[in-house]
Amino acid sequence: MTIVDEPRTHAEHGSEHGRDHEHNPAAGDAERPIGFGRLQRKEDPRFVRGQGNYTDDVVLPGMLHGAILRAPVAHARIVSIDTSEALARPGVRAVITGKDLEPLKLAWIPTLSYDVQAVLATDKVRFQGQEVAFVIADDRYAARDALESINVEYDILPPVVDLRHALDADAPVIRDDLEGRTDNHINDWDCGDKAATEAVFAKADVVVKQEIVYPRVHPAPMETCGAVASFNPVSGELTLYETSQAPHAHRTIIAMVAGIPEHKIHIISPDIGGGFGNKVGIYPGYVLAIVGSIVTGHPVKWMEDRSENLMSTSFARDYIMTGEIAATKDGTLLGLRANVLADHGAFNGTAQPTKYPAGFFNLFPGSYTWEAVYGKVTSVYTNKAPGGVAYACSFRVTEASYFVERMIDRLAIELNMDPAELRLKNFIKPEQFPYDNKAGFDYDSGQYEFTMRHAMDLVGYDDLRKEQAEKRARGELMGIGISFFTEGVGAGPRKHMDILGLGMADGAELRIHPTGKAVVRISVQSQGQAHETTFAQIVSEEIGIPPEDIEVVHGDTDQTPFGLGTYGSRSTPVSGAAVALVTRKVRDKARLIAAAMLETRPEDLEWEKGRWFVKGDPSAGKTIQEIALAAHGTMELPEGVDGNLDAEVTYDPPNLTYPYGAYFCVTDIDRGTGKVVVRRFLAVDDCGTRINPMVIEGQVHGGLTDGVGMALMEIIEFDSDGNNLGGSFMDYLIPTAMEVPDWETGFTVTPSPHHPIGAKGIGESATVGSPAAIVNSVIDALRPLGVTAIDMPCTPARVWDAMQGHAAPPI
Amino acid sequence: MHVTMTVNGGEVERDIEPRVLLVHFLREDLGLTGTHWGCDTSNCGTCVVQVDGQPVKSCTMLAAMADGHSVRTVEGLEVGGKIDPIQQGFMEEHGLQCGFCTPGMMLTARELIDKNPHPTEGEIREAISGQICRCTGYATIVRAIQWAADHPAATEATLQDAPLEDGIPEDAALEVVPPQKETAKA
Repeated sequence: MTIVDEPRTHAEHGSEHGRDHEHNPAAGDAERPIGFGRLQRKEDPRFVRGQGNYTDDVVLPGMLHGAILRAPVAHARIVSIDTSEALARPGVRAVITGKDLEPLKLAWIPTLSYDVQAVLATDKVRFQGQEVAFVIADDRYAARDALESINVEYDILPPVVDLRHALDADAPVIRDDLEGRTDNHINDWDCGDKAATEAVFAKADVVVKQEIVYPRVHPAPMETCGAVASFNPVSGELTLYETSQAPHAHRTIIAMVAGIPEHKIHIISPDIGGGFGNKVGIYPGYVLAIVGSIVTGHPVKWMEDRSENLMSTSFARDYIMTGEIAATKDGTLLGLRANVLADHGAFNGTAQPTKYPAGFFNLFPGSYTWEAVYGKVTSVYTNKAPGGVAYACSFRVTEASYFVERMIDRLAIELNMDPAELRLKNFIKPEQFPYDNKAGFDYDSGQYEFTMRHAMDLVGYDDLRKEQAEKRARGELMGIGISFFTEGVGAGPRKHMDILGLGMADGAELRIHPTGKAVVRISVQSQGQAHETTFAQIVSEEIGIPPEDIEVVHGDTDQTPFGLGTYGSRSTPVSGAAVALVTRKVRDKARLIAAAMLETRPEDLEWEKGRWFVKGDPSAGKTIQEIALAAHGTMELPEGVDGNLDAEVTYDPPNLTYPYGAYFCVTDIDRGTGKVVVRRFLAVDDCGTRINPMVIEGQVHGGLTDGVGMALMEIIEFDSDGNNLGGSFMDYLIPTAMEVPDWETGFTVTPSPHHPIGAKGIGESATVGSPAAIVNSVIDALRPLGVTAIDMPCTPARVWDAMQGHAAPPI
Repeated sequence: MHVTMTVNGGEVERDIEPRVLLVHFLREDLGLTGTHWGCDTSNCGTCVVQVDGQPVKSCTMLAAMADGHSVRTVEGLEVGGKIDPIQQGFMEEHGLQCGFCTPGMMLTARELIDKNPHPTEGEIREAISGQICRCTGYATIVRAIQWAADHPAATEATLQDAPLEDGIPEDAALEVVPPQKETAKA
């Protein structure tokens, strides 16, 4: 286990510092670095020239445009749909309704959670924004115009909006399409030991109970969702360009749903303008583009607008969590209970492994040792958009982490104990790993106390507390918030984890061309995470070819091996492992060939980055480039060795990986307005082995900004009629450069013991870890006013309310 | 209706519907897909272009309103094989991830540096505050713009930088290795 202790704070950033080749000073030369370290991205040259190729940039000959008519109300029976006026409009080629889809068996499609979802409503509409009809026209303006000419008569029904009343005996039944359905209950799930937890609570000195609401939020990538479908009636082939984080899984599911043989489906997920989980699911619009192409004989493009994106595609969170924590009066944690009510919207469309209907909420015990824990989640239908697991959450890890970190702070308040001290007292210790968290997960590795103390040093924790005391004495509101999170990412082991029966493994193929240049084909898909750079660096690290000589191919099902795609921070933990292993396979083969070239035995050769050489005689060696040429040349190869330097693998991870981090947030609150300003934010992350520190920093910064958004601004609310109140960027507020500070970051390195290169994943760490730090900081700032809890988003109005609800502030 | 305008230094004219937005005109009539569209409400700024040197949200402007004016898009930042310092800055400082907001950010930043060659961090943040980036958290965008301000000379596009479709820059030095006879004998 190595420890690297190199703080990288905002004061130290800069291109000079940033050009270090961390962990790899000797490899390569300054111009052609090899392996891990800061490296400019290979994808940047096209993006800074406006030469990216996003789905809406795709133009095919004869292409038509589709637009979706959506429900104006949350719950209503469809009495009639009249499309005649729309069909008569100039430029309109077809109008499709749910009735048209029924004979094709496409009116309903399976969700990723074994429910079904309407492609176009046939009986009822069940949320505002639900798909009702699809217009195909010559251009996007004509298609939009025609939507206005479709006349739908609705018989309006009372909606279920407040999930606390979704299970009431008199609640309207939303899913009367499901046979025998008499209520809005989806499922119950639990983990931990209920009886043991009750026993622990019975003996505890201190018990604290707190309700914590994680509201509905939305990933809102800058590029909305869309597709271009082109069906060739002669060959029977479907080519689908789409905004997909999981092109291979989409191909299989579309084959099952649409009845098109899988080998006739070609999915291309081109450049993706941000995903954050929003582009995991299969949306009705994708299916409608396919149907539209089959019906019209032309390629059909469908791109949703921003309101459609916010109102109908996969949301995130919407958990009402009741927590109870039991402890001794000196601050030793004993027991933790979580009781959750989850709003899944009108269709159960959450994307998560089959056996984990509450995602990885199993992580709710966090980074601490407990005698016993018990968690229970009840999921219900409401008249809201479906989805549920999205927005950089690692499958409900965000909810779990937010829950436990809020609860720890709540206990610290009760015990009048410093929240850092309370955490330090109860961390899982390094020697306890692998650690069974008592809720079903085995953490792989961690040095929690070390990382926490490093973060406290970097942020200047003691000085901050002194500053706070001085400000409190003057009546100013300053908060210091802490979050120490443990994620579980990289789903996952096939025997435990699948999506719709597809095991969550990933493939990789590597070819070294005769001239020593390489191409690696991966099953995951970048939405901005720099896979074209970092996966080339993994190959480079393992075989010594500079990253610039390695092409990374992704996002095209005809060009890449099967795998489940990019979400839940799984690319590096799963696909990154596949790439490391396939490169080692090639390296092993190169050893056999090198031995033949050097007329020696393979076991007499030793590897250094980029070449095999004879033990004890470093001058006698062959570079990987020389070996590649020989493999494809005329030399007689050893028996059983094919004439190439290629390999392929499929990686089945033995466990999740468990990145973690210590986050500190300093806020100032305006007494007059309740406005919260995040003055400082320090994130110290441990994601195991670090491939490209520049990319890691970028991933962390983005997640921290997500955290500020959720903690202070973002929410999808509904009025009592089920009208979506967050349906545009006028209403759904996302942080700009003015709302976020200059981020401070640091790191420690605790490699994953089971991952081939020790990497753990970083894509969602900051989104998971930061909201609790910010909210804990707000509560800490408001402590002099007697505030012990506040729910997100901490808007000025909400903070102001919290300030008024308590005793007059001290002078 | 008929419109005539200068786009990235060249004159274009087209017959268009009067209601066509500038963003759609650029993307669909001219094929300049580097300008993106991200919201319906003029909030996100992925569609920012320069009109007569000023950053403008092209989703909020009709193509007809650009008649007779000069428009610059991301495709016009690189001139004569030299990329703009702002493009180099975004690559140097990891100012982009998915790349979707990047063209708009760069055009706003270009105009900022044109009128204020040494902007402070606060001035940079304010300049880009009408634009949303969902990936970077803005700090690296700020650094990228600072990099461009610190390196005002345009950068020669290097062989590695050049996109394949643009071919090899004329001034690129290529080392030609003659075939070696030893390896040719069979």
